[in-house]
Amino acid sequence: MKSVADPAGTRKQRWEREVVEPTLRKSPERKGPFTTISGRPIDRLYTEEDVEGLDDTNNPGEFPYVRGIHPTGYRGKLWTMRQFAGFGTPEETNQRYKDLIAAGGTGLSVAFDLPTLMGRDPDHELCLGEVGKCGVSVMSLADMERLFEGISLADITTSMTINSPAPMIFAMYLVVAEQQGADWKTISGTIQNDILKEFIAQKEYIFPPRPSMRLITDIFAFCAKEVPKWNTISVSGYHIREAGSTSLQELAFTLRDGLEYVQYGVDAGLDVDDFVPRMSFFFNSHSDFFEEIAKYRAARKLWAEAMKNRFGAKNPRSWALRFHTQTAGVSLTAQQPYNNVVRTALQALAAVLGGTNSLHTNSLDEALALPTKETATIALRTQQIIAHESGVTNVVDPLGGSYFIEKLTQDMIDGTLKYWDTIDGMGGMVEAIERGYPQKELAEASYQFQQAVERKEKIIVGVNDFIQADEKPIEILYIDDTASGVQLKRLAELKQTRDNDRVRRSLAALQEVARGRGNTMVPLLECVRAYATVGEMCDTLREVWGEYEEVPVI
Amino acid sequence: MSQKIRVVIAKPGLDGHDRGAKVIARALRDAGMEVIYMGLRQTPEMIVAAALQEDADVIGLSILSGAHMHICPRIMALLKEKGLDDVQVVIGGIIPGVDIAKLNAMGIHGIFLPGTPMQHIIDYIAAHARARV
Repeated sequence: MKSVADPAGTRKQRWEREVVEPTLRKSPERKGPFTTISGRPIDRLYTEEDVEGLDDTNNPGEFPYVRGIHPTGYRGKLWTMRQFAGFGTPEETNQRYKDLIAAGGTGLSVAFDLPTLMGRDPDHELCLGEVGKCGVSVMSLADMERLFEGISLADITTSMTINSPAPMIFAMYLVVAEQQGADWKTISGTIQNDILKEFIAQKEYIFPPRPSMRLITDIFAFCAKEVPKWNTISVSGYHIREAGSTSLQELAFTLRDGLEYVQYGVDAGLDVDDFVPRMSFFFNSHSDFFEEIAKYRAARKLWAEAMKNRFGAKNPRSWALRFHTQTAGVSLTAQQPYNNVVRTALQALAAVLGGTNSLHTNSLDEALALPTKETATIALRTQQIIAHESGVTNVVDPLGGSYFIEKLTQDMIDGTLKYWDTIDGMGGMVEAIERGYPQKELAEASYQFQQAVERKEKIIVGVNDFIQADEKPIEILYIDDTASGVQLKRLAELKQTRDNDRVRRSLAALQEVARGRGNTMVPLLECVRAYATVGEMCDTLREVWGEYEEVPVI
Repeated sequence: MSQKIRVVIAKPGLDGHDRGAKVIARALRDAGMEVIYMGLRQTPEMIVAAALQEDADVIGLSILSGAHMHICPRIMALLKEKGLDDVQVVIGGIIPGVDIAKLNAMGIHGIFLPGTPMQHIIDYIAAHARARV
């Protein structure tokens, strides 16, 4: 290979001069811009010159895991096909889970409704029209019992998308497992439990950042002893991306959130290797195919190096970043919705080529409503086709060594480290959030993207080009207010029939621990057993810690 | 010089997905309107009180959670009660087709579904905001 110092230039420079330039004179390139969906400029060609000096000693299953955490990739075990679902009453969602299991789904994933996510009982004024709409309503242990009726928690892993009230919902799950006779030492699953991205992106926060961080480290400590196979947190970039970040911002902020949790855990007196192996991640898979694959590869290397070098982790399981992926809901269009099957398939393929450990594929109707049973099945089939027909699972990290992929991976790593320097300079992610830094970055990126769409620099098929005037509406799932009526009636009945003295005592005990320094999971388990509601438990803590109010950034 | 159109943008209900509301708020501001961005978790009462206090010509709601058929009637009733019938209410979000006629019947005609160009929303508001004197 010619060195850059050679007067004739490098091989790529010579090629550009002697081959590309004459071609461009005859037939210019399309107008462009040739950028990723995140606005990153892309060269027309990548060669060995772009990957000079890159570490090429990486192997799957070895530090720093850029090529994957398992030596055998998907030859050993396919990713978990985990479809997120929930709506209406616990009984309705229980039936959807049984359908998904019967269709070959290999893990459950619970979507809760907004009142549950916000720690409010359905009779609160802000819950008007929200009960059972975006997910399933779970008010108390009684609902959790209904949700998993006939499903053996010893035999299936469950992911629960719950953040502010994660300790309460997790406690309910543990009590149902106990009722079924399942051993806490062997059950497995995931709670999202990632409050930092709520402040940054999804905004389902209750308490201010610092007490919220304490609830999370309480779970780390509790699980390390009591529920050792549980994934205590799913540090999430998904929502950051959906809220408008670039691919790089998703990667940088998510991993920096992860570092913040590790730091808080260490500060709370935990040993890194006792809780980091149970941390997992959750990324988006958006439409820019190669950029997304590079993101996953970069994530593994960044995390492994940070755990080893920044925190001195010694256990390889602390270094190995495991992640779930969901295809990008925000990329789906209400127009010509069948096109969404194709978008989702490409995004799912990117996640698989990036080595995801589990995957949710969105349904074609999700820009319009929650999915029907039929569209949810097509989404699952999409994964099964990739897994069993495409052949991509035969080989580990099939794109490793591609000049383009390796260069993009390195660019993602370099860009992330720059963001980390900025955030470290502010004192950490909690401090950066308090001053609105990631929020401003997202607001800016989402506005820039929307403007690029308006100018047609970015084409969205069926939305700003290739528009079809005579579209017929498709049938969607319409969620009425039946669940709200059922749940409100149940709430009133529950308050009549349970032992209210026990509820009061348990809530008082919770408040006492919250004011002091004990682990909040212990009194929460007793509140749950007494059938205290999510709203009551959260209100008890609101009295101690207050509620977070953001300063909006536009 | 004609007075700027005054728009209150709010997210009622519990949903926190504010990307659309914020992008629209900024686009309307860049189009020369006066935008009062209220942010998240606003009750109908809070929104109507803000519209009154801010002398708003337009209320823009962003609802993605499916709660619109509860929130919108309440807001329309409160506006009537306060004598603010001439304030235009527009809504953006995920609104099933079957609800659109019902919202129209309440007096909400600016209903913007996913994929609507920002310019279309700006033009609609400019054309339909109550006349300022």
